[in-house]
Amino acid sequence: MNIDSIKNGIVIDHIQAKKALEIYKALKLEELDCSVALITNAKSKKMGRKDIIKIDKNIDLDLNILGYLDPNITINIIKDDKRVEKYHVELPKQIINIIKCKNPRCITSTEQELSHIFILTDKEKRKYRCKYCESLSDE
Amino acid sequence: MRHLIDIKDLSLEEIQELIKTAKDIIANPNKYCEKCKYKKLATLFFEPSTRTRLSFEAAMMELGGNVLGFSEANSSSTAKGESVSDTIRVVGCYSDIIAMRHPKEGAPLVASLKSTVPIINAGDGGHNHPTQTLTDLLTISIEKQRLDNLTIGLCGDLKFGRTVHSLITAMSRYKNIKFVLISPDELKIPEYVKEEILEKNNIEYVETTDIEEHISELDILYMTRVQKERFFNEEDYLRLKDYYILNKEKIKNAKKDLCIMHPLPRVNEISTEVDDDPRACYFKQARYGKYIRMALILKLLEIK
Repeated sequence: MNIDSIKNGIVIDHIQAKKALEIYKALKLEELDCSVALITNAKSKKMGRKDIIKIDKNIDLDLNILGYLDPNITINIIKDDKRVEKYHVELPKQIINIIKCKNPRCITSTEQELSHIFILTDKEKRKYRCKYCESLSDE
Repeated sequence: MRHLIDIKDLSLEEIQELIKTAKDIIANPNKYCEKCKYKKLATLFFEPSTRTRLSFEAAMMELGGNVLGFSEANSSSTAKGESVSDTIRVVGCYSDIIAMRHPKEGAPLVASLKSTVPIINAGDGGHNHPTQTLTDLLTISIEKQRLDNLTIGLCGDLKFGRTVHSLITAMSRYKNIKFVLISPDELKIPEYVKEEILEKNNIEYVETTDIEEHISELDILYMTRVQKERFFNEEDYLRLKDYYILNKEKIKNAKKDLCIMHPLPRVNEISTEVDDDPRACYFKQARYGKYIRMALILKLLEIK
């Protein structure tokens, strides 16, 4: 299957296979007015299978969350058919409304309008704690 | 405008300054008796805690100020479904400073983000209770004349005991501190406290189930209550609540100047026969709590 290359835009590459839709939703790509291609289960020398997302426009997108969702993702910025930038996204310092605090004693369990905010407390161990109750994101 | 939500909000210098002010209040109470004249403290206690509330109210009264508030959620608009954010914005219209106790962890932080007046966290669930920690620090400073070079035994519920976690956090910032962590296996200190506080700061510690094993080494023995409200299972509570009962026999080999502390209320984890021992400091500790809260109110209201 062939998907045309893009002239100007962003290619989110090396997404773990079958995770593209999760990334698509997390980045709210459905709100964009340009073409967005989701390629799932593509063959990859490095990963066996991978997903790719191509965005047909160079837009200012907050990609920080990708560092939390999938640290192996590569971002490619394409300008005039050429890749002008390639990088991995670092772990974001905070994550807003992507994960929910599971602590039943946390104030977020009763105050519905509060954003669920997690702060990076240990970069090496990739640990995030709830801003309010300090519970770990995976506890 | 400053709030006190977590003991880590205060630098070591600020803690030292609060302790200095508290000691000055103890020595010269008359100097402070009108410092908060015409100021109002609101005590918003969404869950009951009589002694903490009374300590705050007594502190404000001794500064010449007034107090208003409620002592349980049923008598507040929370019962009608009002959010913490809304409650705090309304109460800020009627008071100069707010002391807030809430069963939900993080509630005082939420309050501080919306408040127009300083917020003091007077306990949020099993999370933080910074004025208890300040009380403990003042007690240690007065009774031991230092906050460094101490071996501190913490005994009882080290899993759910927030006072213990906060005290470890606070004391880990001082030099040459060693902890002896005494608890039944089910109530051991959580891994994250060991990893993120003790090990990260290279603090020496031992874990034991035997209270007498290290008693002779201790400068401070901090006893805690096994709190019924932290258990989901009544059976577990009943099995663990009497695990340690401190009595004269158990402290016979302890240092002559050991300082026995307890955040109170106690149930039966310290036998009343220990109360008359000169090493028992827990009732003095409760009194010191009022003085450090006075110092804190002055600091947050920026009254010199």
